[in-house]
Amino acid sequence: MEFILAILVGVLFTAAVYLILSRSLLKVILGTGLLSHGAHLLILTMGGLGGNAAPVVLDGVTDFADPLPQALILTAIVISFGVTAVMLVMAYRMYAVHQTDNMNELRGNDEHD
Amino acid sequence: MEFVLFIFLPVIFAILVPFAYKKIKGIHTGWFVLLVPLVLFSYYVSFLPLVMDGGHAISEMKWIPSLGIAFTSYIDGLSLLFTLLITGIGSLVVLYSVFYMDREKEDLGSFYVYLLIFMTAMLGVVQSDNTMTLYLFWELTSISSFLLIGFWYTKDKSRFGALKSMMITVFGGLMMLGAFILLSIMGETFSVRELIAQAPDLMNQPYFTLALVLLLLGAFTKSAQFPFYIWLPDAMEAPTPVSAYLHSATMVKAGIYLVARFTPIFGSASTWIWLVTGIGLLTLFWGSFFAVKQTDLKAILAFSTVSQLGLIMSLLGAGAISYHATAAIFGFATYAAIFHLINHAAFKGGLFMIAGIIDHETGTRDIRKLGGLMSVMPISFTVAAIGSLSMAGLPPFSGFLSKEMFLESMVALRHFELFNFDTWGIMFPIVAWVASVFTFTYSMYFVLKTFIGQKKFEQLPKQPHEAPIGMLIAPMILATIVILVFFIPNVIGKWIIKPAVMAIQPTLYASPSAVDIHVKAWHGFGAAGLWLTIGVVVFGTLLYLTIPKWQPFYRIQPEKLSLNNGYDALMRGSEKGLNRVSRLYMTGKIRTYLLYMFAFMSVTIIAILFIKDAFVLDMNSFTAITLYGSLNAIVLILSVGFVVFAKSRLAAIIALGGVGYSVALFFVIFKAPDLALTQLVIETVSVALFLLAFKHLPALSTHGETKRNKVVNLIVSLSVGVMVTLVALSSHSQKMIPSISQYYKDTVESEAAGGNIVNVILVDYRGFDTLFEIAVLAIAGIAVLGMIRLRVSRKEPNDENK
Repeated sequence: MEFILAILVGVLFTAAVYLILSRSLLKVILGTGLLSHGAHLLILTMGGLGGNAAPVVLDGVTDFADPLPQALILTAIVISFGVTAVMLVMAYRMYAVHQTDNMNELRGNDEHD
Repeated sequence: MEFVLFIFLPVIFAILVPFAYKKIKGIHTGWFVLLVPLVLFSYYVSFLPLVMDGGHAISEMKWIPSLGIAFTSYIDGLSLLFTLLITGIGSLVVLYSVFYMDREKEDLGSFYVYLLIFMTAMLGVVQSDNTMTLYLFWELTSISSFLLIGFWYTKDKSRFGALKSMMITVFGGLMMLGAFILLSIMGETFSVRELIAQAPDLMNQPYFTLALVLLLLGAFTKSAQFPFYIWLPDAMEAPTPVSAYLHSATMVKAGIYLVARFTPIFGSASTWIWLVTGIGLLTLFWGSFFAVKQTDLKAILAFSTVSQLGLIMSLLGAGAISYHATAAIFGFATYAAIFHLINHAAFKGGLFMIAGIIDHETGTRDIRKLGGLMSVMPISFTVAAIGSLSMAGLPPFSGFLSKEMFLESMVALRHFELFNFDTWGIMFPIVAWVASVFTFTYSMYFVLKTFIGQKKFEQLPKQPHEAPIGMLIAPMILATIVILVFFIPNVIGKWIIKPAVMAIQPTLYASPSAVDIHVKAWHGFGAAGLWLTIGVVVFGTLLYLTIPKWQPFYRIQPEKLSLNNGYDALMRGSEKGLNRVSRLYMTGKIRTYLLYMFAFMSVTIIAILFIKDAFVLDMNSFTAITLYGSLNAIVLILSVGFVVFAKSRLAAIIALGGVGYSVALFFVIFKAPDLALTQLVIETVSVALFLLAFKHLPALSTHGETKRNKVVNLIVSLSVGVMVTLVALSSHSQKMIPSISQYYKDTVESEAAGGNIVNVILVDYRGFDTLFEIAVLAIAGIAVLGMIRLRVSRKEPNDENK
């Protein structure tokens, strides 16, 4: 299963980077969303997918999943939500001010070179 | 007492200068600053008896011991001579500046801070025994010179001159650093003394000649030798005390110092003798020839400084011949070099001060407007005449003695038989003599055109009158020295020059008294020097009288072919060219930079994985493939595809939600219920947020992306994907150290009294992490609120918002 997941992570990263490199700001935001999903699955895969039960200590259960990646991912999910929210609002403000979402036009002017 | 600390006295005092300038309004700041060089001068004079007997003193302060870098104060004949020049002329210049720099109008605080920084730097250059600190101080002199030339920074010419001098001298400094590094590779030490001790071995090392050339580049740029001299005339934009101090008496002599200091190492190489003597003579001729072209008093002095520096340089080169020929006449040259260096500092310092006085009292330095000032400025005239006649090489002034020694040394070069000197040697006395004729001419030109001749006072911006006595003290002292030295040359020789000569050629002389030279003004009618001097005077006078006839011929040289124009073109060209190069990759688009980063990251990581054999695939550690897992994987891939290829915003958002939900399903499959719950909640909120925000955003558009763009993007993103997959597999397959999870599993009940390990980790073991995570979310919330509430007040798009 790890093999499949590793490939899935690769697909997620490929799609995310492809979107981030595009000219449309909206696609860039979508790309960052995919990137965080990819990162979460990456952490999960690296830790290993073994275990027959959720990591809760109950009498008799010893073969449970690795809790550490889960704790890390839980933090990451929340933070990535914060990042997405800020980016979205920033894009909204940016569009309100500049009336464009073309990344090529959002590059400052030559006087700043 | 470690006397190495005295090097830093000026720069420490510089900290106090701004306070003195701000708080004590009634007294000119220069009076306080004057204390520093005076104290240092009187302190260093106490070394004279020690050094006179051929001894030396050393004091060291470790700086970076592990690299062998230290601040060293090494006092021998050569460094003491320069130290006394720096502090002695420094005192006079500060005294002069008190009257020259207006207390009300000028920013004296900065001026004296720069000057004191320079003093420390210069003392460091001449006293350092460690090449690395020598380099450090060397560049510090360039920087303080830059600041002082650009002191009147509102003037375009000042800024141009400052930049030019810095570009050229820092270039030379870097070359010199290269030489030092090569020397340290060959000799395995940074210490100059230790390098000198291994000089015979260094000769045969492969980098020897390269180090020699690089070192000379450093010396030639600093000492304004051909073709690098072009910065010196432009440096004349500095206030006159600075020109007198940095650009005639001390800083430009740093190159001379360097050549003298390294003569024991390189001096026996033929390349050294040819380059130092040849370039020196060329500079001597070039400078003296073009001095007559100038119309600005300070420009005449600048070219004359260039020319005199060339003279000293050529003497040092000729002096190095004494390693090959024992004839006493060659030992003569080094002596003459040091002697002339002292004389030049005295008369040129005085002349610069006079030029400053004329500028101050008449309002112009244009020699075409000046004339007949002798009657109103008798003292200035006397000082100027003494300086000029000494520069021209006439008795009874000190310049006569050293000039005559110079001519004799050059004549003697004929008799040297190694390195093709027997064929080309005759050139040296000829060039030297012609240059001396021009030197005589421009000396006369400087003093006679200004002080004698027609009175043209009505053309002057100010009614001329004699300068205040305070301003005249310093040049008068220098003029007195010029005359005094003529009558007691051998006392100076014994106290200062011979120890310096011994320091330059330690292998040739056991003690200063072994330098067997007795200077006298009269050698009898048979001496070559006498007849050459008479010839100089005769032809020089002729040339001076006919200046109006031949001066126009300078215009034959087209402006385009001048060295200055070459420098300008080089600067413009490199600025444009490099701008073009950086524009090639600095597009200003975030996308381009991200492309570089992603490409670099994936290529390096993949390369390292395979170069270091870090990629390991352990199929046995994998868990079995499940049906739900495979189905979910297909759903995930499909939704990712939808996100990428969606034509409308809505479809893309929904597909993104689909990705999130199937990730949540994975969490369920892999026994992570907490994650699944969180993911579901967050994903729902995210989709809502996306929908809300996209309402205010434009439709999806490719913005004219070309096929080529897309292919490049695809390649880069694919390589990132492959890289991540490889890293995921590889890191899963090999565990270098045991996971900390086991500790959590073992202690979750006993230590934290909890059952759900993930929750306990978050709120207990890693409680602070979670706390700060909440803080991050709160900050993000404030940012979101702020950006929504923010109203840009100015509606019209300004420059930045094109």
